[in-house]
Amino acid sequence: MGIAESILLTIATAATPLLIAALGELVVERSGVLNLGVEGMMVMGAVCGFAGAALSGSPWVGILSGVAAGALFSMLFGVLTLSVATNQVATGLSLTILGLGLSGMIGEPFVGQAGIKLPSLHVPGLTDIPLVGRLLFGQDPIFYLSIALTAGVVWFLFRTRTGLTLRSIGDNHASAHALGIPVIRYRYLAVLFGGACAGLAGAHLSLVYTPQWVENMTAGRGWIALALVVFASWRPLRVLAGAYLFGAVTIGQLHAQALGIGVPSQLLSSLPYLATIVVLVLISRNRRLTMMNTPASLGRAFVPDR
Amino acid sequence: MSAEADAEPLLEVRGLTKIFGALTACDRVDLTIAQGEIHALLGENGAGKSTLVKMLFGSLEPHSGDIRWDGKPVRISSPSVAKKLGIGMVFQHFSLFEALSAAENIALSLADRTPIAAIAEKARSLSKAYGLPLDPNALVGDLSVGERQRIEIIRCLLQTPQLIILDEPTSVLTPQEADKLFETLERLRAEGKSILYISHRLDEVRRLCDRATIMRHGKVVGHCDPRRETPASLARMMVGSDVKAVERPAAPQESGEHLLGICGLSRKPAGPFSVPLRNIWLHVPAGQVVGIAGVAGNGQGEFFEAVSGEARQDAADVIRIRGKAAGLMGITERRMLGAAFVPEERLGHGAAPRMTLSENLLLTRHATDAKAFVGAGGLVKTASIDAATQRIVSEMDVRKSARDPEAASLSGGNLQKFIIGRELDRQPSVLVVNQPTWGVDAGAAARIRQALIELARGGSAVLVISQDLDELFEMSDAIAVMNNGELSKPIPIAEATRERIGLLMGGAEPGHAAPAALAGMEPA
Amino acid sequence: MRIELVKRPQQSTLFSVLSPLIALALTMVAGGILFAAMGKNPFEALYYYFVDPLRELWSLHELAIKAAPLILIAVGLSVCYQSNNWNIGAEGQFVIGGIAGSMLPVLFPEFQNGFVLPLMLLMGMAGGALYAAIPALLKTRFNTNEILTSLMLVYVAQLFLDWLVRGPWRNPQGNNFPETRRFHADAVLPELMPADGRANWGIVFAVVAAILVWVLAARTMKGFEVRVLGASPRAGRFAGFSAARMVFFAFMLSGALAGLAGISEVSGAIGQLRPSISPGYGFTAIIVAFLGRLNPLGIVAAGLVLALTYLGGEAAQISLGVSDKVARVFQGLLLFFVLGCDTLIHYRIRLVWPAKAVPAGEGA
Repeated sequence: MGIAESILLTIATAATPLLIAALGELVVERSGVLNLGVEGMMVMGAVCGFAGAALSGSPWVGILSGVAAGALFSMLFGVLTLSVATNQVATGLSLTILGLGLSGMIGEPFVGQAGIKLPSLHVPGLTDIPLVGRLLFGQDPIFYLSIALTAGVVWFLFRTRTGLTLRSIGDNHASAHALGIPVIRYRYLAVLFGGACAGLAGAHLSLVYTPQWVENMTAGRGWIALALVVFASWRPLRVLAGAYLFGAVTIGQLHAQALGIGVPSQLLSSLPYLATIVVLVLISRNRRLTMMNTPASLGRAFVPDR
Repeated sequence: MSAEADAEPLLEVRGLTKIFGALTACDRVDLTIAQGEIHALLGENGAGKSTLVKMLFGSLEPHSGDIRWDGKPVRISSPSVAKKLGIGMVFQHFSLFEALSAAENIALSLADRTPIAAIAEKARSLSKAYGLPLDPNALVGDLSVGERQRIEIIRCLLQTPQLIILDEPTSVLTPQEADKLFETLERLRAEGKSILYISHRLDEVRRLCDRATIMRHGKVVGHCDPRRETPASLARMMVGSDVKAVERPAAPQESGEHLLGICGLSRKPAGPFSVPLRNIWLHVPAGQVVGIAGVAGNGQGEFFEAVSGEARQDAADVIRIRGKAAGLMGITERRMLGAAFVPEERLGHGAAPRMTLSENLLLTRHATDAKAFVGAGGLVKTASIDAATQRIVSEMDVRKSARDPEAASLSGGNLQKFIIGRELDRQPSVLVVNQPTWGVDAGAAARIRQALIELARGGSAVLVISQDLDELFEMSDAIAVMNNGELSKPIPIAEATRERIGLLMGGAEPGHAAPAALAGMEPA
Repeated sequence: MRIELVKRPQQSTLFSVLSPLIALALTMVAGGILFAAMGKNPFEALYYYFVDPLRELWSLHELAIKAAPLILIAVGLSVCYQSNNWNIGAEGQFVIGGIAGSMLPVLFPEFQNGFVLPLMLLMGMAGGALYAAIPALLKTRFNTNEILTSLMLVYVAQLFLDWLVRGPWRNPQGNNFPETRRFHADAVLPELMPADGRANWGIVFAVVAAILVWVLAARTMKGFEVRVLGASPRAGRFAGFSAARMVFFAFMLSGALAGLAGISEVSGAIGQLRPSISPGYGFTAIIVAFLGRLNPLGIVAAGLVLALTYLGGEAAQISLGVSDKVARVFQGLLLFFVLGCDTLIHYRIRLVWPAKAVPAGEGA
């Protein structure tokens, strides 16, 4: 396997969790809800995914437990912001704080345990094609899922009536309510989807990316996923591009560290975070573009009159 | 549709009641609508009309009461149930989505999953049939208010309703557009459809409607045939007593000094859907009320922000307040020159909803009255602010539940009286008001208009921006019209007719006043 | 069944006071259930968490040490959150404050006199304020979301500290341990009552800051400006207040206080720089700010409560063998309950059961 091929493969592996988490959050934000708890749901997905795999011996059970953990955890946010109308920013933050704490507690027995890696695809004949074989036919199943998910979200948001309804709620929840669209129910489902995606992204971290459990192993990826949604101006295909850009930055700095190019490793490690800031600045300085694309009721609590 | 006039009524409502906390918005309301009639629901702001129709459309749930549709008891638990029954609604503050196209907006309210392209086609043919021009692919955010209303109406018609509810439909239309709407409604009546027409405009109700139900303070206080009533008798039923007419003493003979001057104001659009201002010229002399008419969304909000200084200009002499070039100044400095401002939106712009009245007093007067209200080290003098608040409250007759309640807890009329009183209390030499009596009951509206006229006659310059032509004719010494960011030459009140103003509002006779033409603005 | 919120005409004064207390009580109940599920006696566990650390004088000193940074940071955050500026990067401002203040004793160890400590404190505040000015600048200049930028800067600050103590600032006589030289006596924040325990001047700074900010917020024009711009930005602009200046004011004030907390912690409780100088104070302070209902005086009480969970976590680990991670779960739960209970201030909550008799929708 060539160096270029292996670098591309690792970039895909690094980008996949960002892509999945950001797609989930994109759907949530398109419905007008800002869930800052991605990091917390992701880390819960990571620890529960690892625990599920370790206890059952099957990485697939792990993946499913990660998804379930993320979805379940998101409902805490859902109940508070949607049914009790709490401040979405503060509630999302508290979801992250609680998730980091809870995952630390749940994960304590698993620290240092060897992980179970989800096996990669192997199609005899195809996977062994030089150069593109591994990239196209030899990656982990979640990678393929993430690509399908991107296409699915595009199709759902822009090609289905339900997707149109979801976008309308994000644009103006009062109008949607007046038309008889069940705003809160749609938002619950969106938040649930976002939670499941974040959970899956977390499980990918602890079962594919680095098959082990380390406290706080998400290391800000949930926040980067949030930034990706802004960067992508709420468009799924741009999320795909953004996630691979960040995957490339992450892998690039890792390779630079390994090569020892004389730059402090800490500076290289901070590159993904600095890149997030730079990218956010570049995208949001165009106020008109941001205003056009931001779901108009994003982050605003909605209490229906009955 | 085939029902005879004396057949079963289409809709029959008995004892419908809705309670919000301590307020009974609808109190045992009865209403009967026959097949093929245009039925007016009359009442002041806050009388409970909107609450009633929201219950009929399933947006609100009644506490008690019965609804019969075609003689059968029904429970309208959601708008989709209402739509299935055959009830359609055109909302007052449209329920449209700015980021979506007209066709998508229509699709959202249809239960079936017809493809968007087919919906666009249907909408296009329907719009042709009823003479309501509409481009289904246009983004709603880019459309005028009148166009938006057409989307709402076509959306409603596509559901082939038996009963169409229109909530204050003409408040956003020019007189000519309103005439067209009446034609459409009369055609629908001829097709056998029933229409529930909500309004507080008595002339159009008398002209259009077969029967009227009148509401006051949440109760039905009478039924009548509006064609047999006079506007005065209808008004008396709505308000419960005679409303004191606003008195407008003659304007001073010699024209006063120009206290407010706007000289070639232009402004680029601030947001994706906002209107640019184009070379606006206007002078408001001391002693006069100048009105600016126009359909909502033609740049009035942008104009107000530019004059108030919330948005500054690039050149100093574009705005002159008491002769001083103020274009580069912010709102606080403009206030210090003697100007005062009252924006359209009461909650969240003119007042902070969750703050008390005394805090809201400080909001606009912390700089102009710094000596009285702010002490050493920036400490706020609560006692003197409280005294001033109570003074304004009694001066303007503001009704409230506590000594110093939150702004949001006041009714619209009372809060508006406070906000206007807050500025009048300063005796400003220039006052700019956007929609002074929007959503305000008749008593409070009369009081506010009277106070503004008195301020002008006392030697100040008053500029009133309003969509309510009756109000402008009642108050103004001259009326200019804003259309698509341009301002017409002011027309002295003696020469102004509704037709002439209406044509200008609709964009006819375009062209802004050239500086030389300003000489013609002095009223006769 | 569904939950229905009914808006109160006025904010409820009763629930403004009660809501944090209800939240605390709910957290205790939830914590008790958690312990029972772990097979521990819930009452015993709660005792170790919330009572045991209060029984001895030295332990109260430890409480003050933990509470001081929490209160200092949270007081600053209260101004941010009141003005609707979401600074969640206090942890990073804390770290940079610690680094900036440590420049004197680390780089100029021979500079020893009475000016060192005041200078260190000032430099710490300046460091924190300037670091917080970055998200403020990006927000006002480029319209960039401050939540994300301020948080990203936390990671950057932590990595910067890591680099310093492993690289240029490492103690030359320290056997390659990743830490700076220990601060000399003039650079150490003095203890208040050395005979009884370790509590230092940090807690005094915290209480004084709380009182000053309380006066600012509740009694002055600046405080009024903060509340107006936070609650209704458009009304604030109409009042003539500058939202952009407020962003800088709020961020730099909270950054300065976080920086002061950072240098106080480094020069007081620790005495040198290490790769990690905070057990997440900057994030826990977010909980403190909300538990104190964004009122500086309430924050003093809330800071003591949260400090107790840190100590209680240690006590329970020693006595019951419960993981010290449980303390963080407690903190997270507490914030959830606080936010939920705060809804009671603005709304009455009604539970609605669907109507039993459902007449047919289409007149069947």
